[in-house]
Formats: sequence, C-alpha cells, structure tokens
Amino acid sequence: MQKSVIVENLSKNYFKKEAVKEISFTINENEILGLLGPNGCGKTTTIAMMLGLLKPSNGRVVIHGLDIEKNRISLLHKMNFISPYIELPKKLSVKENLIVYGKLYGVKFISERIKYLSEKLRLEEFINKKTGELSSGQKNRVSLAKALINEPSILFLDEPTASLDPETGDFVRSFIEKISKEKKMSILLASHNMDEVKRLCKNVLMMNNGVIIDKGTPGDLIKKHGKKNLEEVFLKLNRNNHELK
Amino acid sequence: MSLNRIIGLFLRHFFLIKSSLPRILDLIYWPTIQIILWGFISKFFTAYSDYYNNTVGVILTCAILYDFLFRSSISFNMLFLEEIWSRNFTNLFIAPMRISEIITALVGTALIRTLIGLVPAILITSPLFGISILSLGIPLFFLFLSLYIFGITLGLFVSSGLLRYGPAFENIAWSSLFLLAPLGCIYYPIEILPDFFQNVARGLPLVYIFEEARSILVNQVVNYSNIKNAFMLNAIYLFVGVSLFYYSFSQARKKGSLINIGE
Repeated sequence: MQKSVIVENLSKNYFKKEAVKEISFTINENEILGLLGPNGCGKTTTIAMMLGLLKPSNGRVVIHGLDIEKNRISLLHKMNFISPYIELPKKLSVKENLIVYGKLYGVKFISERIKYLSEKLRLEEFINKKTGELSSGQKNRVSLAKALINEPSILFLDEPTASLDPETGDFVRSFIEKISKEKKMSILLASHNMDEVKRLCKNVLMMNNGVIIDKGTPGDLIKKHGKKNLEEVFLKLNRNNHELK
Repeated sequence: MSLNRIIGLFLRHFFLIKSSLPRILDLIYWPTIQIILWGFISKFFTAYSDYYNNTVGVILTCAILYDFLFRSSISFNMLFLEEIWSRNFTNLFIAPMRISEIITALVGTALIRTLIGLVPAILITSPLFGISILSLGIPLFFLFLSLYIFGITLGLFVSSGLLRYGPAFENIAWSSLFLLAPLGCIYYPIEILPDFFQNVARGLPLVYIFEEARSILVNQVVNYSNIKNAFMLNAIYLFVGVSLFYYSFSQARKKGSLINIGE
C-alpha cells in the first residue's frame, strides 16, 4: 500500500507549551484515518502543520514524497480542507464562491466542475443564493464542494458533520465514503462523532495532550480495551490520561 | 506567478462589490463629500486669501490627491480585513497562492476600489467649482502613481500587522494615514513645520508630491526633481513594506495566527 502522507516526529511548541509532541503516523492511499481526541488535544494544530499553515517546531510532514515545508505551494494544489470553524464569504453566491476557489486552485474547466459537484452534492436549487443565506446543512455541502473543487488526493476533514441534522449528516458521510473510494483519496478525519469514525475509518489515532495515546482499527481498539464501543474506549483513555496527569 | 489565481482573488472582491449597491454607494459617498467640503473651503480662500487668490483650486486639487492616497491605502487594508471579518482567512491561505500573487491581486483590486470612489468625485469638481485636476497636465500621472505606490506601501505595513497580530491591529489600519497627514504637508509648504518635523517630513514622499502639485498650480513650473525624489523614497518604502509582509507571514506561520485569525 502506497503511503500518501508520512508524519515524522512532528512537534509544535508555543513558547513553553508543547501543543504537539513528537507524533508520527502515516496515511495510505485510499485510506480514511480517524483522529480522535478531546478539545485542545492538538488535532487542529496537527492538521494545520500538515496543511502548511503552521511551521512545525520539529519533525516533518511528507506528502507524496515531498516535504510540505519545502514544497508548500505545489502540494496545496493536491490538498483541501473543510472545518466548521472557517467559512466561505457570506455575501458571495454559492456559484461565485466556487468560481473564486476554482480559479485559486487553477481548475481548468471550472463550469463543468461546478456542475458536477452541484449534481453530486445537490447544490442546484441554491447555487445562485448568497452563501450567508443558507441553512447549516446547505453551507456544509457548499464547503464540501469547495474542498473538492480541485479534486484533491488528500483531504482534511475537521468535524465535517458537526451541527448537521441526522439526514444531512448521513448524506455527507455516504458522500465522503463514496468519493474516497472512487477517487482513491487519503483522508484525515477529525471528529467527535464516534459512530461516524467507526463507519468511515479504517484506522484511528487517539490523541491527548499533544501525543498519540493509542492507535488501531476501531474494532481492535474496542476489543483491546474490553469496551462495547469506540465512545467507551475514548472515555476510558481520556479519563486514564487525565488521572495520570 | 499565476494570472489565474490573481484573477481569482480579484473576482472574490469584484463579486462582493458588484452585488451590493450600498457598498458601491459607500465607496463613492465619502470621497464626494470630502471633495465638496474642500471645494467650498477652497472657494472661500480663493476669495479672501492673498496667498491663494491667483491659484484657484490648489486646496481642492491637493484634497483630491490626498483622498486618492487615503482611498488606495484604506482599500488595500479593507480587502485584507474583509477576509478576517468573513472568517475566510484560512481558506485563502490553504489555497496554493503565493504571497506575491496575493499582493498583486490586492494592488489591482485596491486600484479599482479607489477609482470607483474617486472618479465621480473628480467629475463633479468641474461643474461645481470650475476646477479640473487635469490642469496639472502630464505630471498628474506621476503624482497619482507615486501616491498610489505610497498608499499601497502603507497598506502593506498595516496588513503585515494584521497578519501578525490579527484583528486587534484593525484600529491602526484606520488611523495610520491620519498620523502621516500633518507631516505630508498636503495643504501648506514644508517651511511651516518646526525644524525637527521638517527633517522627518523630508523622509516621506508625500512632501515632494504635494510640493510638486503646488509648484505646478501656483508657479506653473514642473520640477521633475520632486517627482524623482518621491519615486526614490517610494522604492525604498515599498521594498521595506513587501519584505515586512513576507516576514509577517513567516512569523504568523510560526505563531499560529493564520489558524485563528478570524475568531
């Protein structure tokens, strides 16, 4: 199996605080890797370093054999990101936003790409509406369309179904599942939804206090810790870690 | 540099402006009010001042030139602030855009924003006050260009601060030009300033630009050495501004301010 992403001894210090401490992992081609951990455990910092938004204090991120620090611009063409904490300009229509990002990512046939994504993500009925006027479910699908505008081979999903109703959440999960298989994408999924992680991810990393405290397939982790589901594993690991601390 | 990406960032702001009549009116409103106000002040001085009695429009012309500087700098800052306010900053910086492309796109877009505001204001000066800024002749182009470069440079300084310190730096964006205005000698000769401030003012291109405008309008003499001095100083400040922007981006990547800048 080809490794799309290699993270080696990655660390980030803010003054004296260590946000991420020497973590290492890989993401294979056509793999969805889950990244679990409580708020403030270093997930976003890790993703930011992988996207080249943040300079690591130590270690490196290698994507398709190239170091992100030395090849940031060329690698960003192949990556994209979705997070509920960042938004698209609200005063622009959905179509205008997609045109802008199509241009920024150098997409050759923007109209065709927008048409394709509109059909797949059911954006047609509000494609000319201002993004700020959409419901959270619609906004989420538009953000996903923006994240797929450049046909990325590596996708970072930070809580992609947060605050969505069950039906839209299921639609988004099914779409991610389908597109990752079709396009052989490598996906890093940070989520607090354990069912989502269990359904989508082949492997899971458990993070706390900036370190990876456990990893494995969802099934193996449940078995190893003698719990009924991934949520119980999550709670056990984090409570243990809290007590140790 | 990719023209496609530069056009992409330009389109982001073009779509924003063209879809909002209040935004267009806002761009036009302030320069127009400013010009009308200075037009009446100018008319008063023309009638009652010995210094200005043969130089109709000196104040008004200088007001237009200063407003051009003010609008170009504020436009550049506004484009940056728009990304922060709309929480789109992270999206922009994870797109494969080079810093040089961001600067180029913002420079072009800021010019269009400035012209949308200023052209109508300039057009009304002729029917309202019988004054045309075009009377400055060919040097007008150099004066505008010089002011635009300095406006953009100030925009780069402020945007560097926004990159590094986030929205907390916003107030500096608004006040930066007011700080320089007294030293710019916009409406009066440099000799009016105390000696110490004269020395400081000579380090700014504004002094030479406005001195040149007055020289043409009052004495009908074109002094290209003023224009040359302004461009030389502009080149230095622009180099420092661009370098600072790159440095701030690098620091923002180290400190993590690109992640949470909109929050």
